[in-house]
Amino acid sequence: MKKYEKKAIGQSGWLWTSLASFVAFIYFFPVLFIILTAFRSRSDTLATPPKWFFTPTFENFYHIFFRSMANSTEYVATGFHMYFFNSIYISGMSVLLALLIGTLAAYGFSRHPLKGNDTYLFIILTTRMLPPIIVIVPIFLIFRITGLAGTYTGIILMYTAFNLPFSIWMMKSFFDELNTEIEDASRMDGASESSVFFGVCIPQVKAGLAATSVFALILTWNEFLFSLLLTNKLTRTMPPAMARTIGGEINVDYGLLAAMICLFIIPIFLITYLLQNQLLRGVTFGTIKK
Amino acid sequence: MKRSTGFLAWFMDPKRRGPMLIAPAITVLLLVNIIPLMWSFGLSFFKYRANTLKLPKFSWFYSYEKVLTKDNIWESLQTTAIIVAGSVGMQMVLGFLLALLFASQFPLRKILLMFVLAPMMLSNVAVAIYFKLFYEPEFGLLSQFVQSFITGEMYVLLSTPAGALIGVIFADAWQWTPFVMLLVLAGLVSVPKHLYEAAEIDRMSWWRKFTTITFPYVRSLLLLAVLFRTIETVKIFDLVFILTNGGPGTATETIGVLVYRTAFQFFRTSNSAAMGYILLFAVIVLTSLYLYVIKQRESEEI
Repeated sequence: MKKYEKKAIGQSGWLWTSLASFVAFIYFFPVLFIILTAFRSRSDTLATPPKWFFTPTFENFYHIFFRSMANSTEYVATGFHMYFFNSIYISGMSVLLALLIGTLAAYGFSRHPLKGNDTYLFIILTTRMLPPIIVIVPIFLIFRITGLAGTYTGIILMYTAFNLPFSIWMMKSFFDELNTEIEDASRMDGASESSVFFGVCIPQVKAGLAATSVFALILTWNEFLFSLLLTNKLTRTMPPAMARTIGGEINVDYGLLAAMICLFIIPIFLITYLLQNQLLRGVTFGTIKK
Repeated sequence: MKRSTGFLAWFMDPKRRGPMLIAPAITVLLLVNIIPLMWSFGLSFFKYRANTLKLPKFSWFYSYEKVLTKDNIWESLQTTAIIVAGSVGMQMVLGFLLALLFASQFPLRKILLMFVLAPMMLSNVAVAIYFKLFYEPEFGLLSQFVQSFITGEMYVLLSTPAGALIGVIFADAWQWTPFVMLLVLAGLVSVPKHLYEAAEIDRMSWWRKFTTITFPYVRSLLLLAVLFRTIETVKIFDLVFILTNGGPGTATETIGVLVYRTAFQFFRTSNSAAMGYILLFAVIVLTSLYLYVIKQRESEEI
């Protein structure tokens, strides 16, 4: 209870809860509506006025993976499982790499500042604040020349660089919070630099590592533009695959899209709940700590 | 006394510990961000189209001249400015109100907070698809609402320039209001409680408490929220691209969409590079401002 009191000003009762629930319901409504749509049959989705009570069906979820193509009744695999796999594989690999390189750099920036440390950090943050559209034009040309376009290596490299500034700033903010006296004490006791890093610092920022990797995972998982332009049919991730499913302006299969979104966003709610205390730091790239 | 020399000793020298630690990160960023940026900076001085085999031809400031004298970049800058102003403004107001609502402790607060915070973590693609469905003329909720309560006719929001802008602004504001709320909330809970207690004794009015105690504590965070959201909204691409694709006509063609179209639909590669640099300049200015405010805030606290 003590912990909660620090997090909020004043106590309010159940009346406040009901007001907040009402607001939260309105605010959350779009997501709720998408979830409902995912369980509607196609005719229920198109119904006017909208049907609020209907028999839930899993056909949309089935259609994500198996769908009948034009002029045939035979169900064929759509290859969507592959996009899922790609999303998991590509974001997993790039976050792992970015975290590895980023943590080392963050430790460097925090404990062994260079001349012009702030300038480096500024440049690094700027590369993250950059509109991706500027970077993508030359990257697209370079990838085309080097043959990296459409390969896993290419997109993983791209996403590693995309996650790196975030990882550095985030991890630096965690390292900055540590008490250096413990490190100095272990140095006095003869610990080598590497054992100070692995044995003293890393165990203390475990929570930070977890938060950073989860945020980087979400950022990569949600990323659209790079994947749209740098992957091909085999390496495409979920966001561009969903965008392609929209197709034209007419006859958009919203039930199917809603089902895709459902599968796509489930992990995110869990994470939002678990990381509530780190959320602010995460969404501001570690620049604001509290 | 000189100890062992050689590469390993040079490598392990404590003097070089800092540079060695950051070297891998700098290498990756150099390869994937800085060098491509230099490349496109160079390219902006050439005449080049990526869909032909013609070699780039040096042309001094031709691309910049071409880009700056055409109307479309000014129009798209204006569109972007409208979207930024509308969306960030809406986020600030709604975010502040939401934060006031969630500032006090009440049962189930943490779970309800999750529902409000979730939109921020969603993919732009998911948000765009939802709002596409919401604005859908035939069976979208908005159209049905207007049809049954106001006009009795189908309502196509995205077909008019103003409507499309409002549609984009609303969707973006919905997604990012939780961000502002989170920042304001952090400011609100950092206000020392004894100030409120003292104000209570002095029988200060609610408004006076707000302007003299609460607001000064959240002011710097509000400024940061405005800057951060402005930087992010200037870049807006995914949402517009999927929701309206810049249309109708060029009504919602933000600078991001314009660069995309120039580069990957018309293949005016060097022109798009020049446009990118104009955008880059704006973002660098905003980012330095953002960091300046953060520094100020941190030094105030110490």
